[in-house]
Amino acid sequence: MPKHDTPLLDELEKGPWPSFVSDLKRQAETKPECWDILGQLELSYKDRITHWKHGGIVGVFGYGGGIVGRYSDVPKQFPGVAHFHTVRLAQPSGMYYATNKLRGICDLWEKYGSGMTNMHGSTGDAVLLGTTTENLEPLFYDLTHIENQDLGGSGSNLRTPSCCLGKSRCEWSCYDTQALCHHLTMHYQDEIHRPAFPYKFKFKFSGCPNDCVAAIARSDFAVIGTWKDDIRIDQAAVKGYVNGEFPSNGGAHSDKDWGAFDIQKEVIGLCPTECMWMEGDELKIDNSECTRCMHCINVMPRALRPGVEQGATICVGAKAPILDGAQFATMTIPFLEINADNEFEEVVEQIEKIWDWWMEVGKNRERVGETIQRVGLPTFLKIMEVEPIPQHVKEPRSNPYVFWQDEEVPGGFERDVREFRKRHAQ
Amino acid sequence: MGYDPANPMADRITDIGPPHYEQFLPPVCKKNFGKWVYHEITQPGVLMHKAESGDEAWTVRVGAARLISIELIREVCDIADAHCDGCVRFTTRNNIEFIVDSKDKVQPLLDDLAGRGNKFPVGGTGAGVTNIVHTQGWVHCHTPATDASGVVKAVMDELFDYFTSMKLPAQVRVALACCLNMCGAVHASDIAILGVHRKPPMIDHDAISGLCELPLAISACPLGAVKPAKATNAAGEEVKSVKVNNDRCMFCGNCYTMCPAMPLADPEGDGIAILVGGKVSNARSMPKFSKLVIPFLPNNTPRWPEVVDAVKNILETYANDARKYERLGEWAERIGWEKFFEKTGIPFTIKSVDDYRLAYDTWRTSTQFKFTSHIK
Repeated sequence: MPKHDTPLLDELEKGPWPSFVSDLKRQAETKPECWDILGQLELSYKDRITHWKHGGIVGVFGYGGGIVGRYSDVPKQFPGVAHFHTVRLAQPSGMYYATNKLRGICDLWEKYGSGMTNMHGSTGDAVLLGTTTENLEPLFYDLTHIENQDLGGSGSNLRTPSCCLGKSRCEWSCYDTQALCHHLTMHYQDEIHRPAFPYKFKFKFSGCPNDCVAAIARSDFAVIGTWKDDIRIDQAAVKGYVNGEFPSNGGAHSDKDWGAFDIQKEVIGLCPTECMWMEGDELKIDNSECTRCMHCINVMPRALRPGVEQGATICVGAKAPILDGAQFATMTIPFLEINADNEFEEVVEQIEKIWDWWMEVGKNRERVGETIQRVGLPTFLKIMEVEPIPQHVKEPRSNPYVFWQDEEVPGGFERDVREFRKRHAQ
Repeated sequence: MGYDPANPMADRITDIGPPHYEQFLPPVCKKNFGKWVYHEITQPGVLMHKAESGDEAWTVRVGAARLISIELIREVCDIADAHCDGCVRFTTRNNIEFIVDSKDKVQPLLDDLAGRGNKFPVGGTGAGVTNIVHTQGWVHCHTPATDASGVVKAVMDELFDYFTSMKLPAQVRVALACCLNMCGAVHASDIAILGVHRKPPMIDHDAISGLCELPLAISACPLGAVKPAKATNAAGEEVKSVKVNNDRCMFCGNCYTMCPAMPLADPEGDGIAILVGGKVSNARSMPKFSKLVIPFLPNNTPRWPEVVDAVKNILETYANDARKYERLGEWAERIGWEKFFEKTGIPFTIKSVDDYRLAYDTWRTSTQFKFTSHIK
């Protein structure tokens, strides 16, 4: 495949940020189909429109997901990208790799694909971009046999679960996000590879309410670490912050002079529940008022830590705007212990309650958050066998349109209008 | 042995999932798993995590494009082999993290990275702009209204100084999605760059019968704008097709997702909307959606100058006006959205007034407002 002139893309080799164009050109030296990626992209920059055709169903035997078909609409001009399918690889929890593992995947992708990747895609998979239909089975064979590596999800199935790095390098993680993510990924291999749902379903696992994997915005089933008891306080370290010995917010603001640290203004004054105060040089917290927002802990990581009675809050039903508008996940279960000893039985139970119901009532291409909107949160809470509590709402409803049930009203709904008329003339 | 096309099911391995993460943890992370006490960002892009044992994990974070080659990954492996016992990790925002177990090992690593041109910029921590999460765009997607990698490159070149420093009031999360499907989930970002279409779908009557399930195309429209209709194809035959009520189209592209014979991409129609003020974290205020403040900017390739200027203007207006810790959306809510438009100089248009479902939630039903220049 010959090199193409790319005057527009060449403009993206300028500037300090790493250039994907320069990277593509370097890769093209050994993988000439990359010249055709550049050529077709240059054409898109000229035409200001995509040159990829719509879809195309391809895959490996026995799987209904993991490969996304892609074909060029200008294959004669750019034969190197005529077929250019995407392969999604299930990423290890926390996205840690050993270099020998990465090199192994690179070698396979040099042999069977374009040499271009996304590390990682939006859902979390390691994404290999661009191969032909005939290379899919040999690639899959080598991935599973040599690299012990399976595909991720695509289509109306469980998408590849993802998590924050959790306890591996974070002091705030309230449960082992990697263990739960890996366990459920293995437990639900069938649901990941063989689409059987109304639409996609995503799990995301964050260790604390800072929610670094955006579970509350991006997952149908969000498990977000939290705690029940008191924030742990190291009063000596509080003094250290007050005396300016430690930088606020873990040093996150160090390139601007924001003045001396002011615990009243920066911590106590910004607490959303106003549950903190100083007594002399001691910081006090009324933990019963705390909503565990993380602000004070973020600002003074040496002095404050989440409590020790740890678990997670389960929120359900987040999605991007298509179709009914964006939704955040709704707080459904305030606190669940996350217990590896019983193989996370309580979490599995919640997931399967949702699936059993949604697979029956969910419409084609309806995310579970939309199904919940359609039937109402009260119905969903009944499905989940959860007692309604004030924590389920931001505020009580402001309309009086309650769906009373027959059995809730003395005498029921069945009445005799003639009997009624005997007492109340028309 | 290898794959045998004559016998594709022979010794097939399936459903093995990803490799177990534990084998890939850097030794210092494995040893101190769950025993971390606190962390500190000692300089932009360098984090130190302290364990109960006294051990320290030093992380050097570098930015990368999301679209990277195996040549670049091999170079990353070379660096990790030389400095990090062959361990490396990626962040959810497409940064690369090199983790070492002592402070002494940080400077040689930084020197090595700096010696490799502009491939490995160190930063993306604390109160700065970290890497932009984004989608495929024209590089690999069939529905985009804009490119992704190119816009991100142009914006990050301009915001580079904020990637390598920590001088903003808080972290600013920028995200790009190249169409309304939002594979990049930009709906909860401080600054969201969103590809949008502005022309209704065309209907390819020659192809629709073979390509589409008409009931699916019709039900795909959230506003009921797609109806069944008879049409005439190029051969002069009457075919079952659909028609679109253009007045009801909101250009979401969901019909095209279901029916390839309804393309809506267009060089003039397509471009970028800017949404701001979203957040995911629960810190201080609850998570917020991003709000639409600029309805359209053109796809001015190759460097999208209008988009770059708009993002920079919003970022710097916020940086100069917000209080320490305040996220962009918290700042806008404190000063009021009318002040946001006044301070940024962004013209307020009717297109920022919601008229979709649940729109009423965003209308102001109070006499509390500020007399900004918008009130003549």
